[in-house]
Amino acid sequence: MIPGKEIAGKDAGLGAGLTIDEIRNAIMEERTTATALATDFYDRIRKEDPEIGAFLTLCQERALAQAGLIDQMAAEGQPLPPLAGVPVAIKDVMVTSGVRTTAGSKILDNFIPPYDCTAVARLEAAGAVILGKLNCDEFAMGSSNENSAYHPVHNPRDKSRVPGGSSGGSAAAVAAEMAVATLGSDTGGSIRQPASFCGVVGLKPTYGRVSRYGLIAFASSLDHIGPFAKTVKEVAQVLRTIAGRDPMDSTSAEVPVPDYVAELEKPVKDSGKTIKIGVAKEYFGSGLDPEVRAAVEAAIQKLAELGCEVVPVSLPHTEYAVPTYYIVATAEASSNLARYDGVRYGFRAKADNLSQMYRETRDGGFGMEVKRRIMLGTYALSAGYYDAYYLKAQKVRTLLTRDFDDAFKKVDVIAAPTCPTPAFKLGEKVNDPLAMYLADIYTVTANLAGIPGISVPCGENHEKLPIGLQLFARHFDEATLLRVAHAYERSSLGENRA
Amino acid sequence: MKVAAQDVAYVADLANLELTEEERARMLRDLNSILEYVERLSELDTDKVAPMAQVSDRYGEDGSRQGSDRFAYASRDDVKEGLRKSLPHDVAVKNAPDTDGTFFEVPKVIER
Repeated sequence: MIPGKEIAGKDAGLGAGLTIDEIRNAIMEERTTATALATDFYDRIRKEDPEIGAFLTLCQERALAQAGLIDQMAAEGQPLPPLAGVPVAIKDVMVTSGVRTTAGSKILDNFIPPYDCTAVARLEAAGAVILGKLNCDEFAMGSSNENSAYHPVHNPRDKSRVPGGSSGGSAAAVAAEMAVATLGSDTGGSIRQPASFCGVVGLKPTYGRVSRYGLIAFASSLDHIGPFAKTVKEVAQVLRTIAGRDPMDSTSAEVPVPDYVAELEKPVKDSGKTIKIGVAKEYFGSGLDPEVRAAVEAAIQKLAELGCEVVPVSLPHTEYAVPTYYIVATAEASSNLARYDGVRYGFRAKADNLSQMYRETRDGGFGMEVKRRIMLGTYALSAGYYDAYYLKAQKVRTLLTRDFDDAFKKVDVIAAPTCPTPAFKLGEKVNDPLAMYLADIYTVTANLAGIPGISVPCGENHEKLPIGLQLFARHFDEATLLRVAHAYERSSLGENRA
Repeated sequence: MKVAAQDVAYVADLANLELTEEERARMLRDLNSILEYVERLSELDTDKVAPMAQVSDRYGEDGSRQGSDRFAYASRDDVKEGLRKSLPHDVAVKNAPDTDGTFFEVPKVIER
């Protein structure tokens, strides 16, 4: 048995603070077992989570069965899969066979899916141990996790603050070391924004890079699955596992999956080609917190010192991204959420006739933000308004995507803040939906264009709240994105950790 | 104001929502505030811009091919079992709020 790494000022349990590689090696060398690690993580969750609220459901039986398989392989001296014994957890918008999946909604309170999400199945096939399902905003609609129908999540770095959203539980679980890696979903920033708020790494891959099969749909043309972890390398390890064509999702692209981990080690500056980093003034305008600006500018300076060439670029339609996003996303949501009618699964209200049963089921099952978005989307698609709202937004989506096309003719990566501010207080924006939507101002563009984006910690403000550096790259160029993020992380943390 | 109370009622009807009086009042306020913000899209001239419904429209495999040909990889042979076996009947109805084991049961649709 190995003791857990000491973490300054914290009573770290066995296993907490270990990386994916450290865990796999420790199991392979029989210094610990997957079962012991899983048990320790559950102890830690029982101790820490009552104050954080990251988990909605634990699946100990499934976890220990998987851990037992890994331990048996280790005992027999078989080669271990890449994520062997790694304790992970899944945002509760990805279905898990036999394990309750709620999407953070009361309408799915009792839903036990009969099949696994592809990304979840691939993690488990690679040896990961799934501890449980993570809290999130209802149907992934929110930027603070306060729209969960169950309970809010508290930011482990400051429990009076939100963890971000909608994948708040996924970010908080990694930050509080209740899981080594987690999966989240990102429709308008829901991986990158909570990663920034909680001080961890979060990646939204290219649209089509990771299968969406088994992801409960919010807005199908904008939804993405992606990983959270403490380090860029671990995010790359998870991406390598979940990426690639899946016949069950016809939008998953048939583009080869490179070895992202090997790509990480390539230098950002070599004799052949210098990586060019674009900086767009539109991401540094009014509304950007001065401390966030200073931290992100310092990070860009660091990239220049590492040998990248910093180039000004323009993304002139950026100010139109949030209104475009909230039309496209809500229109798609209003259609996707029509399936919750109380007939085949989930909550059903008692009523005398079918039409009344539909209405009362949806009235009682959905929370306020979900109803608001269904209403907005239905309005935008309704006769007489379709051209003015939905079609208009689709056209502006083209313009926003062209902005990136033009910029990526000049640069390889674009650097920006992930969010305009650090984590805000619980309750601060809950009564002002528009103010909440503006928390996504720097993240929604990547969903509309489908390009990959990552948030990497780049310092703290005077209250010790984490700040995130966001990097974008071309479609399917996660390799360059991760390489630059890894180089930055290594330079800012020192060689040991990253 | 872009949206009036009767619009809220009409849209709620389309969306199969009932909404309480309080929710309708709040919806009226919130939809107007959001739509006012969205109004800025009309500043842009998009007459000659094609709408974009899907990211994959833009990077589908083999850009030299047209339309759905670019996504030929997404099609498969039409085989009997499809990609995987259908769920067994009992599994498919397991989450149903009301079932007789064969069908999903719902309140009466047609009064006689």
